[in-house]
Amino acid sequence: MRDKILYVLGALAILILARDLYVIAGLPQEAAQGAIFKIIFFHVPAAWTAIVAAITALTMSVQFLRTKDFKYDAAAVAVTEVGLAFLAANLVTGSIWARVIWGIWWTWDVRLTSALVCWLLYAGYLMLRHAIEEPTQRATFAAVFSILAFLDVPIVYFSIRWFRTQHPAPVFLSSNGSFPADWTRVLLSNWLGLLLLAIVMTAIRLRQEESQREIDSLRRAAHAM
Amino acid sequence: MSFARLVLVVMAKDLRAELRTKEALNASLAFAVVILVLLSFVIESDDVPQKALGNLLWLVFAFAGTLVLNRSFAREVPNDCLDALVAAPISGAALFLGKALASFLLVLAMELVALPVFGIFYNVRWAQQFWPLMLVTVLGTWGVTVIGTVFSALTVNIRLREVMLPMLTYPMLLPALLGAMELTGDLVTGTPIGPDTVTWLKLLVGFDVLFTAASVTLIEFILVG
Repeated sequence: MRDKILYVLGALAILILARDLYVIAGLPQEAAQGAIFKIIFFHVPAAWTAIVAAITALTMSVQFLRTKDFKYDAAAVAVTEVGLAFLAANLVTGSIWARVIWGIWWTWDVRLTSALVCWLLYAGYLMLRHAIEEPTQRATFAAVFSILAFLDVPIVYFSIRWFRTQHPAPVFLSSNGSFPADWTRVLLSNWLGLLLLAIVMTAIRLRQEESQREIDSLRRAAHAM
Repeated sequence: MSFARLVLVVMAKDLRAELRTKEALNASLAFAVVILVLLSFVIESDDVPQKALGNLLWLVFAFAGTLVLNRSFAREVPNDCLDALVAAPISGAALFLGKALASFLLVLAMELVALPVFGIFYNVRWAQQFWPLMLVTVLGTWGVTVIGTVFSALTVNIRLREVMLPMLTYPMLLPALLGAMELTGDLVTGTPIGPDTVTWLKLLVGFDVLFTAASVTLIEFILVG
């Protein structure tokens, strides 16, 4: 049953993303930026997906500390890994855009810097997990780290924001928005596709994590014999 | 015993243990001087604005301070002292605050020696705004210590501890370091804290309060599980 749902969601994600690619290819070029602006249809939804992943990871970590149920730990690591991949996609697409428009691959702007710091924080989460052998300790320490990292993210953002900014102002949900409504529809639809993709990836990763724990407990049982 | 007294007992124990060997303190001081010397090859004192020198000071503090923080919980591992401490009739919060205060005083001692050395090496008249500079140093150091102590507890019995601690600590510390750097850069050049820079002071206070509260809340999970 669970497999079937995953296949359906995966197929749906592919369908939506394929349709969006077709629509995006047919859109006119933006007046000032030309064709490269179309990267926004992946750049922004990837960031939103990463944010959803971070919030889910926080919820799962808190739930683990409350219940000590390992399924929450498995969910936290699965969603963090997937979120990290989407954040990486966000950074890479942004970098490609910056090369064309700004003429540089990277600048120490507030959004770029805070996204990179987030990436490093959550990469630290995965490294911490790798370094701890004992499952209960690994899950507990990782959950504590995840909560602290999530608390840090807004402070990092605002501190760097006071420091400097160069990134274009957001064009969604803000007063200086100038994104046409039909483009916004494409962007949201693309977000839906990426979100579905993220859910499928997380579910697959979750199953790996469950199998891993089963293998571990079998191994322990075999040792005990 | 009251909570405050428990904190002071743990603090006194840690300070006594450290002052008998002085291993962390000496290593950290020597390392601070080494970085100060190394930095002199990177920056030619005459071209670099003095404000930038004040910023670099916090890199020295953060790098050298890690050597003290590394030892905070690691010191308790031989002879299973950590198990005894956790089993002792004191709360995790008292244990954490006592250890954090002890590390705080040690890091502060290192900084107060490194500051005049920095002034001599780089010809900076750093004491023009002495008390505001002390305030920033205390606030920044507490931020470094509180994060460092939590992560010292997180990484105490894992593989690659010395590698993991800086990797986890520095991205998390970024807002505090940024605030302290901005303020110190101004203060060592004789510019008082004005309406423009008071935001950084608020950021430092906010960071310290938030992460002290979060650490005290979460430390029990780390120590007991």
